Amino acid sequence: MLNFLANPARFMRIFGPLLPWCWAVAVLAGGAGLVLALFASPADYQQGDSVRIMYIHVPSAWMALGAYTVIAAFSAIALVWKHPLAHVVAEAAAPLGAGFTAICLVTGMLWGKTSWGTWWVWDARLTSVLVLLFLYLGLIALRGAFDDESRGQRAAALLALVGFVNIPIIKFSVEWWATLHQPASVLRAGGPAIHPSMLWPLLLMAVAFMAYFAALLILSVRTEIARRKAEALIVAGRRQS
Amino acid sequence: MAILCAIIANDLRLAWRRGADTLTAVGFFVLAALLFGFGLGGDPSALARAAAGLIWVTALLASMLALERMFAADFEDGSLDGLMMTDAPLELIMLAKAAAHWITTGLPLIVAAPGIGLMLNLPTDAFAALMLALLFGTPTLTLIGAIGAALTLGARRGGVLISLLVLPLYIPVLIFGVAATETALSGAAMDARLMALGGFFLAALALAPFAAAAALRQAVR
Repeated sequence: MLNFLANPARFMRIFGPLLPWCWAVAVLAGGAGLVLALFASPADYQQGDSVRIMYIHVPSAWMALGAYTVIAAFSAIALVWKHPLAHVVAEAAAPLGAGFTAICLVTGMLWGKTSWGTWWVWDARLTSVLVLLFLYLGLIALRGAFDDESRGQRAAALLALVGFVNIPIIKFSVEWWATLHQPASVLRAGGPAIHPSMLWPLLLMAVAFMAYFAALLILSVRTEIARRKAEALIVAGRRQS
Repeated sequence: MAILCAIIANDLRLAWRRGADTLTAVGFFVLAALLFGFGLGGDPSALARAAAGLIWVTALLASMLALERMFAADFEDGSLDGLMMTDAPLELIMLAKAAAHWITTGLPLIVAAPGIGLMLNLPTDAFAALMLALLFGTPTLTLIGAIGAALTLGARRGGVLISLLVLPLYIPVLIFGVAATETALSGAAMDARLMALGGFFLAALALAPFAAAAALRQAVR
């Protein structure tokens, strides 16, 4: 299966046609989710309308963790089976994950200001997500720091695996340390502790974010494959002339 | 085991004859702490309140200074290739390099810490806790740093890059190190915090040599 997908042309033949579908799901689910989140879902009895920040904040937090997991998984594949395409996927996912992490932090700060009365506290969840942002930036910087491109890719893949220890820490930080940030209310033992009128827009937004991530990922992998093909053609052309 | 001792002894001899790396780290530690003394205006009570955190942060930065050189000299003169060709597992060699690095940079920091504590007006009750916490914490910093040093071997601007990679991973050690020192100040038992630091150290001891060795293999091949 892995070897089958390692061929870039075959990979794009399979995943390329998915691209318009990803965009469609992202737009439809995002549109429906936004309408439900902004108009149909109730305001919180304490927080008022600021609770609606949740519909951006929570999906972007999930995607911040999800994108890193994707990077770690593809880095492991790249290191173990030496598939160059896996490096390309991991590389493409890093800036996307950094973006989701930044969105998560900014919306979290806005929400914190309205409901906790402070932009930032040194709470375990907040701190570990900040660390995640720096891990993303470190991955991007390390990949670009070598003259030999493949050396940077391998170093970044190893760093991605080392940094993966942070993911369970982020997920369980709210349970282990029980500080200001509230514990999980959707993905938890005993089912979601959130009313369906708020759960549905949240899940729709999560689907939209996921489809958006997938679309951008496929797009940038395709761009990278095209760039390499162009470079190879230029080199071949120089050799002939 | 023999090769472990040989590498440590060799690195220590080199560090002793050069002297600069060790002195840079301790010198930076003392100077940075002095700067905080000036920066906070010398108010004794303000200094005492911030002392534990200041000492930990400066120790953290000081221990990062020499990281870049952990493998760089051996990489440049080719002795790293020689080491990698021996029968000894590379993980063990990493452990030896990290141990030598800790003895030359981490240990002097622990020795210098009480002096800094006096300068920053840290209550003397906390000195034992501070040194114990540093004793558990600094080897963890070195082990994590070894991964960063191996990953950035041969990189452009490796020194800046190493801090970006390693500092986020240092944060747990910083949090629990400061917490251990501060609980000692309040008179409460600090066992739990020290145990957490010890746990970090053991986890790093078990895992970091493998990660560093993997990073070095792909750097050198």
